[in-house]
Parts: sequence; C-alpha cells; structure tokens
Amino acid sequence: MGLKIKIDNIPLEVPEGTTILNAAKKAGIYIPTLCAMPELGFTPGSCRVCVVEVEGLTNLPASCVYPVRDGMVIHTNSQRVKEARRMVLELLLSNHPLDCMTCEKSGDCALENLAYELGVKESRFGRREKRLPLDESNPFIVRDLNKCVLCGRCVEICNEIQQTHAINTGYRSSKSKIIAGLDEGLKYSDCVFCGQCVAVCPVGALIDKAAQGKGRSWEFRKVHTICNYCGCGCGFDLNIKDKKVVKVTSNSESVVNGINLCVKGRFGNDYIHRDDRLTTPFIRKNGKLEPATWEEALQLISDKFKKIKEESGSDSLAVLSSAKCTNEENFLLMKFARAILGTNNVDHCARLCHSSTVAGLASAFGSGAMTNSIKEIANASVIYLTGSNTTENHPIIALEIKKAVTKNGAKLIVADPREIELAKYATVWLRQKPGTDVALFNGLMNVIINEGLEDKKFIQERTEDYEKMKKVVLKYTPEIAEKITGVPAEDIRKAARIYATAPCASIIYSMGITQHTTGTDNVLSTANLAMLTGNVGKESTGVNPLRGQSNVQGACDMGALPNVYSGYQAVTDSQVREKFSQAWNVELPDRIGLTVVEILNAAYEGKIRGIFVMAENPAMSDPDLNHAREALKKTEFLVVSDMFMTETGELADVILPGVSFAEKDGTITNTERRVQRIRKAIEPIGEAKPEWKIICALAQKMGYPMQYNSPAEIMEEIANLTPIYGGILYPRLEKEGLQWPCPNSNHPGTKYLHQEKFTRGKGKFFPVEFKEAAELPDQEYPFIFTTGRVLYHFHTGTVTRRSRGLCEIYPEALVEINPQDAEELNIQDGEVIEVSSRRGKIRAKTQITEKSGKGVIFMSFHFYEAAANLLTNAALDPVSKIPEYKVCAVKLQKIN
Amino acid sequence: MGCLCNQQEISEEEKYKQLKEFIAENREKKGYLIPVLHMAQVIFGYLPDEVQAFVARGMNISTSQVKGVVTFYSYFKTSPAGRHHITVCLGTACYVRGSKKILDALEDKLGIKVGETTPDRRFSMGVQRCLGACGLAPVIMIDEDVHGRMTAKKLDKILDQYK
Ligand code: SF4
Ligand code: SF4
Ligand code: SF4
Ligand code: FES
Ligand code: FES
Repeated sequence: MGLKIKIDNIPLEVPEGTTILNAAKKAGIYIPTLCAMPELGFTPGSCRVCVVEVEGLTNLPASCVYPVRDGMVIHTNSQRVKEARRMVLELLLSNHPLDCMTCEKSGDCALENLAYELGVKESRFGRREKRLPLDESNPFIVRDLNKCVLCGRCVEICNEIQQTHAINTGYRSSKSKIIAGLDEGLKYSDCVFCGQCVAVCPVGALIDKAAQGKGRSWEFRKVHTICNYCGCGCGFDLNIKDKKVVKVTSNSESVVNGINLCVKGRFGNDYIHRDDRLTTPFIRKNGKLEPATWEEALQLISDKFKKIKEESGSDSLAVLSSAKCTNEENFLLMKFARAILGTNNVDHCARLCHSSTVAGLASAFGSGAMTNSIKEIANASVIYLTGSNTTENHPIIALEIKKAVTKNGAKLIVADPREIELAKYATVWLRQKPGTDVALFNGLMNVIINEGLEDKKFIQERTEDYEKMKKVVLKYTPEIAEKITGVPAEDIRKAARIYATAPCASIIYSMGITQHTTGTDNVLSTANLAMLTGNVGKESTGVNPLRGQSNVQGACDMGALPNVYSGYQAVTDSQVREKFSQAWNVELPDRIGLTVVEILNAAYEGKIRGIFVMAENPAMSDPDLNHAREALKKTEFLVVSDMFMTETGELADVILPGVSFAEKDGTITNTERRVQRIRKAIEPIGEAKPEWKIICALAQKMGYPMQYNSPAEIMEEIANLTPIYGGILYPRLEKEGLQWPCPNSNHPGTKYLHQEKFTRGKGKFFPVEFKEAAELPDQEYPFIFTTGRVLYHFHTGTVTRRSRGLCEIYPEALVEINPQDAEELNIQDGEVIEVSSRRGKIRAKTQITEKSGKGVIFMSFHFYEAAANLLTNAALDPVSKIPEYKVCAVKLQKIN
Repeated sequence: MGCLCNQQEISEEEKYKQLKEFIAENREKKGYLIPVLHMAQVIFGYLPDEVQAFVARGMNISTSQVKGVVTFYSYFKTSPAGRHHITVCLGTACYVRGSKKILDALEDKLGIKVGETTPDRRFSMGVQRCLGACGLAPVIMIDEDVHGRMTAKKLDKILDQYK
C-alpha cells in the first residue's frame, strides 16, 4: 500500500520506507546532497545540506535519511530551507580555500554548485583556513585535505566496499580530518590505489594526480568502454580532450562494477599516449628492422606466406591470436588461418592459462566457462576459493567475495599454498603443497561420502559415472590426503562439512588450479566436488573459473583454438566444417592443429616456417623461455602486430603497428560470459591500424575477399555461424551487454548455466587419481617455485611497465621467500639473490614474507630483466597441453 | 601476564613481548581494540606510531583503524609525558583573563603544542577546562603545583624551578 504525500505541491504515492530524498527524485525534484550516497546505502545524515521543510515538524529533517509518512506535505525549497542550507554552506566555506578558478574539480563540485545555486559569495563566519600540507606521497592520488568537507564518503567506500581500511576519520572536533594509515600519507598506508575514494569525493579534496592541469569536467568528451586488463570486464568512461585520453572516471551504469575499479583500470591507461608507440610498419632489412609502408609490408607478408604454403604446405604456417584483441578480431584471425592459410594451427595464450578449464569443464558439464555471474557471488552461502589470488588478479570479483563474507554472512574456504589476502576472511584456510590439489579434492569428497553428505537425488537424476569416481575417492581418507597435501585431516573434515551442507556453494578457481601438468585433473575434481553435493545449476551455486585477460573468454569463444571454430564447434565434425566451408566459400582443413607450445616446438624443428602473432608476447609468456625464444628466432618468417616493441617483436621479420582498446570498436567477453562493447574514443596513433583492419587488408592482398565496414558487420557473421552467439548483435549490446548462450535475437542471455540439464545432457563424473608434479624439489634444487601476477602489473608487462604510476609503485620483480627459509640461507629482506632451475637462472630482490610457505618461492612473471619463465618447466598437461607454471624445482644462491 | 610495575626497567623487546601476549589472549574478542591500546599505553607509557603499527598487525586490522581511535580519545597519548606536565586552564574565568595568551607564550617558549613533549622530555603540555581555582585566574598547573594570577612575564621564572 502506498503512502500519499505532497511534495512542492506535486501529489505523489510512494511505498513505505521511501526517504524524502528518493520521493523527491521520483517527482523530478532535485535536492542537493553532500554526504549521502543512497545507491550505496550510505546516508549518515551528517552534512545537513539536504534538509527540507515538513509541515507540522518544527525541525528541518535531513531528506536523505528521513522516511516519508502518509499525508506528509513537504517543501524542498522554501525560504527556511534555503536559509538553513546557506548556513551549512557558509560554515563549510569558512574553512574551504576559495580557489575554484584553478581547482581540478571545478564544474563537477558539489560545494561549488551549491554556492552557485544559493548565490553565496563569502561566509559570514569569516575565514579559518586549515593549512594542512598536501599529501602527494603516491603517484596516483593527490589529497588536499584543506578542501575536505568531512562528508565521510571516502572512508565509507574504502572500509565498507573496497574493504581496504586504508583511511579513517581521525582526531576530534575542529581538528577532525581524514587520516591515511598512521597519518603519514597514502603511500604508507594499506591503500591499494583503487581510487574508489576519488570517485565519490564530492569536492576537490581527492584528485587524479596524472590528470592535474589537463582539463576540467566540461572540457571532456566521455566514452563509455570496457577495461582492457583483466577478465572482470569493468566499465568506465574514457575522458577525452584534444584527441587524447586524459583520464578514466567511473560510470555508475557499468553493469559489472558500478563505480568500482582497480588501480590498473583507473590509473594504468597512460601507456596509450606513450611516445614509443609503434606508428609505422617495420621490415627487417639486412638484419635490422626498418620503417616501411603498409603496402610494402603487406605485400611482403602475402608473398612469403604464399611461398611457404606452396613449398611446405599449409601446416607449415601458424597464427597466434590474442586475448587482448576483440571478438571480431579473433574471429577474423581464425578465419584467416583456416580459410586463407588453410591450417588449423591457431591458438592463443588461453592455452597457457585456462585450456585445462576448457577441456575439463567441457568433458564434465559440456561447457568450459564460469557457470554463474559475478554479481551472484555475493549471495553464495559458502565460497570455496582455490588457486586464485583474487584480490590482486580479479580485484572487482574480490570485492564480491568480501561482500559475501562480511555483509551476507557467507563462509569462505580458501585452499591456497600462499597466504593470500582473502585468507584473512576465511573460516578455514587449507594450505596445500603446490601441485597436490587432486589429493585435497579427493580427501574432501571422501569425507562427504563417508558422512553421507552427498546429494543422492542430484547424483541420480543429473549425473553419470558416479560409482567409478566413488571407487577412487574412497581411497583418499583425510589422513592419506594429509600425508600428500600437508593439510591437517581435521581441517579437511571441517571444510568438507561446511561445503557439503551449504544451501548454495560456489567454487571459484583460477590459474593455481589450471597451470599444472595435472591441470585438467584438477578442473575435473572441481566439477566432481560440485556435482557430488548438487552444487551446480542454481543461482550463486556452481564452478567458476576466473579468466585472466580481458578477452580470453572471447578469444576461446571465437575459436582461436586448434580444434574448434567459434562457439566450440569441432573442426573434425564434417557437418560443422561444411557449414563454415559454405559460408566462407573455401575448402577447410579437417585435421586438428597445433597448440602454442607445440607450434613453437615445431618451429624449433623447422617444421613451421611462418607465424603470424597478433598482439601477443610468447617470448615472455611461454614457459622455458630460452627454448621459446630460440624457436622464434629459428622461425623463417615471423610477423608480429602490436602497439609496442615487445620481446617477440625484436625477433620479427615484419612488425605491424596495432592500436590500443581506446582506438577501436568491437566487443569483448568477460569471465562471466558477458559480451560487452568497447568503443572507439580516439583516432589511431600515427599509421597504426586496428587489428581487424590489418587482417582484412592482408586477406585481400592474398586474394581472398574479406571486407567489412565495421566490427558490427563481423559480429553479424559470427552470430550467423555460432549458435551460442546467435542473438548477440550490436544494437542489443548498448547497455549491459549479453551473457552467452544467447541463441537468438529475442533471447535475454543466460545468467547461470546448467539450470535444468547440463549442456552435455548429464553431468559426468571422472575418477581422478593424484599424480605428482612433473618436477619436484630434490637435493640440488630444493625449493618449489611457483609463479603468478601482482596487482600493479599485467601479463608480460608490455603495457603496465609503460604506465608511469604503476611502475613507480611496483618497479621491479620480487622473489617472495618464507622467513624461516631466509634465515636458514642467511638472506636479508631486499637482498639480490640468484634463483636457478635446470633451465635457466635469474637475479632479483627478495621479499621476506609469511605469504610464502616454507620451501616455496613465489615470483611474478611481468619483468623481462628477471623473467620468471626462464625457470619454469614446459612439461605439459597431456589433455589440454597447458604448461606447468605453478610448480618446478629451483635453488637459491647468495651473490657475493 | 608479567608484572607491570617497574616498567621503566624492562627492555623494549620485553615490552613488545608483553603486548604481544596480551593481544594473543584477546585477539578473538570483538571490540577489543580499546583495551589493547589501553594496555599498550600502560606498558609503553604512550603510543608512538611503531606501537600503533604493532597493534594493527597483531590484531589483523589496518593502521588507520588504530590511528583513528588513538587520535579520537584524548586519553591516549602519542608522545611520551615530560618529566613535568604543564596544564593550562582554558575555563571561562581564566580565558577571559587571558589564559590563551599564556598558552601562546608557552607554546612559543617551549616550541611545542598542546599534547606534545619537548625533545629533551622536560615538559609536556595539556589544557583543561577549569581547574577549580577561578579566584586565581588565569591559572596554570605544573605537576601538582597551582600557579595563579599568571602573566606571560612570570613564566620564565616559574619554569626555571622545574628541571
Ligand atoms: S584508493 Fe582505494 S584503498 Fe586507497 S584510500 Fe582510496 S578507497 Fe581506500
Ligand atoms: S576527502 Fe572528500 S570524500 Fe573524503 S571526507 Fe573529505 S570531502 Fe568527503
Ligand atoms: S578489475 Fe580488471 S577489469 Fe576491472 S578495472 Fe581492474 S583490471 Fe580492469
Ligand atoms: S546529504 Fe543528507 S545529510 Fe548529507
Ligand atoms: S576557569 Fe581557570 S580555574 Fe576555573
């Protein structure tokens, strides 16, 4: 039943519990606010800028918190109201610097707007300026607390949403101010530079440092697009002035992240205008790369590829596609490989991060993607997180996990060899030895079966091969699992009970599960555990692999894989082949192609003579780099397209200048299968071209008619040929994007998978035995070496290391080592040491930390000077061919 | 928990050990930050940044949470007490007779502000509202001694009595 009220003489009916502020909004009446953020549930009612007059009440209530009552008569702009607001404003202005004319926030400042509305020029309370020093301690955010109005928004978002607790309100009464850490500046606090606080500050107290002096709000054109770093798929606005991207600001309409972003998305895009961008093609002449025209470069590539194809056959050519490029570009490149080069030798770096997911989940469920959506995570009652340092690698998803735990009472089980930040939020933390995940999963399932906690109905109705799996699992008692994994049997029991008895439990995992020689086995184990307890096919309930790069999901969906076309349609299926063959008007090869590592091995042996690499950097990202680099060197004709010179580009015969995500239109698909639009915000730099145009031009040069006026046209072809993308068309993507499967243009997209039945029909259990990692520590190499990413960098560092701020805050590679190990080897924190494996050695600074377990060394792989992948083992998972990045054996040596 | 008398005698290391034990005993309890800080102040005499950081780490909370509480309650001291503590009365009677000027003069002379301690730890300074000696306004108190009818000129001579 609604409440009838009158607001500025407009009659209105609103539901019980509505605040006056929201009622006014509904009536189209604007009330100024300073502290409240009603969308985020934050209405402290402290600033009193939003007061209104209610007939019959003596006080003026704050509209942002005051609920309407039936029959209320409200005036939002009476003389009394104006007078009260003026008073508040003048109090604030009395200690606020009056330098709007040079303030970065001018035009977008709540205080300035209010002063304008009320016509206030000066304060009757005189001037009492605070004279606090600026906090410029860090490369991203300038804090000018003289401008702070103590609204509390920044503290709220940092503590309740970001949950970093870097800042707080400190001191008292007139000395009150926002403090960071021990009040020594943001850099010395726990701040992770997400910039959430900057996004909500209503005044000019928190400012994007790099954008200072480069324009104010009214000068910018804003383009809503999607972040090109990780697979979260956050939306934001690029702010453009004078044909340049000046900064990124939040756009609250972004469906995945709202106004939240991480440091890379918000502050890490300055690489776009670096002056070392490649602006013309290059051709190697007499051993040196020299500038060339597009015409020359394309002609040369066309001639060479044709020649190699004639001499050694199609399968002596290969292409590497890119998880950084759009769906349309990935689709075109795989079409180029199959229809023009005539080979299925097409792959991309998903091989190196989640091919075991694609293989494992496809076998068990029929579909290798996140079963649920990001937003569903917050409502899970139990989250089993394993092999994902979510806080650093998928920061926005980490916010959902924290929300589930701290706001919605979910229980978190963390299974990770490293003490990741989320372990702090965990009910149980299982610290397994790297490479023993299968034993841990089997131990958990052993408890569940023995205690009768399995979901018998689900197993019977929706799955097959349960008995086969059960037979294997019964061997892994918690005690046996303890012996293998090092996790106490009691903890295994506890975790098993929590997971099995949850109304809706979600498994979240990432590369800690996939990058093993047993990667597919690990993934199958996650599926076993979920099916055993019926925890799949419901909201907030399922198996959720977090994909690394912005479009790695899309690159897989588009068939940049050696065995499938777009939509995972097998190249070996003659009907499918026939369909593509007709659409493209060519004969298509039927033999499954080679994977990334196999391509490089074949190149090493001279069997592959020509490779086209689109915006990837295998000379940094592949395991056992010495071998990979050697292979690329030996490749007779190597073509690379990229924005920058990379380690791979150095070895190329032709380099084509590609563009950044700000310079092209297209779509990318985030980790929750959501296809979203990226939008061109600026013209390509120099002669650079978007990859989709490059591929078309090359195809035409080689005599194949490939012509599209825009990526939207390419998407029409994709939709036609790809059932799961059947209804994905540009006009439908304007707002929230669409989650596949979306078979036709009326289909709303799919929030979670396997609802009534699995994609493959019945879910399939696989019996999985524990197998040891390919290389284990021994006398000579006594430590386990494991790799990963850090918050401030991405992938091979090609772009993040060109971002000024990101480099300043995290300038070099660090080797993480446990305090006990450090003591035994007499290694100091920050000391440069040598780490070596059977394949190579590197030097880097140590960081002594409890995060690493005893006997385990962790390192990120972003830094070419200390490339972790010189050490890693290229041993492959037999099914998915993913290399074992997470376990190899190394030794540490002091440098004298 | 060990005896806390004679705390002057024990080493820094020992103090941290005591604090660590106290935190370990109470970590799980909710809302235990204030008692922990209280104990830290008993052990160390005051709460320098290092001790605040130690408490934050020990209780698995952020430094800003600790600092926020420490700076909010005037009970918590962030600098060590001086050998002699000066209290300037800012109550109404003293205020109208110019105790603010005396405060300014003291701040000038000693080079410290309210709540701080001179580097030689000779004096620390605080303010109060009405010391109950309004008849003598303006009043300052040094340790237990009340000095009434103060003027800025008299300060030097009085301070000299406290070494
Ligand atoms: S940048 Fe993020 S972590 Fe740092 S203070 Fe602001 S909200 Fe907190
Ligand atoms: S810094 Fe900005 S957001 Fe934070 S309290 Fe001050 S005015 Fe509000
Ligand atoms: S969480 Fe990922 S998608 Fe979002 S801003 Fe950060 S890097 Fe970009
Ligand atoms: S906006 Fe309502 S009190 Fe601040
Ligand atoms: S006002 Fe100073 S003693 Fe009372």
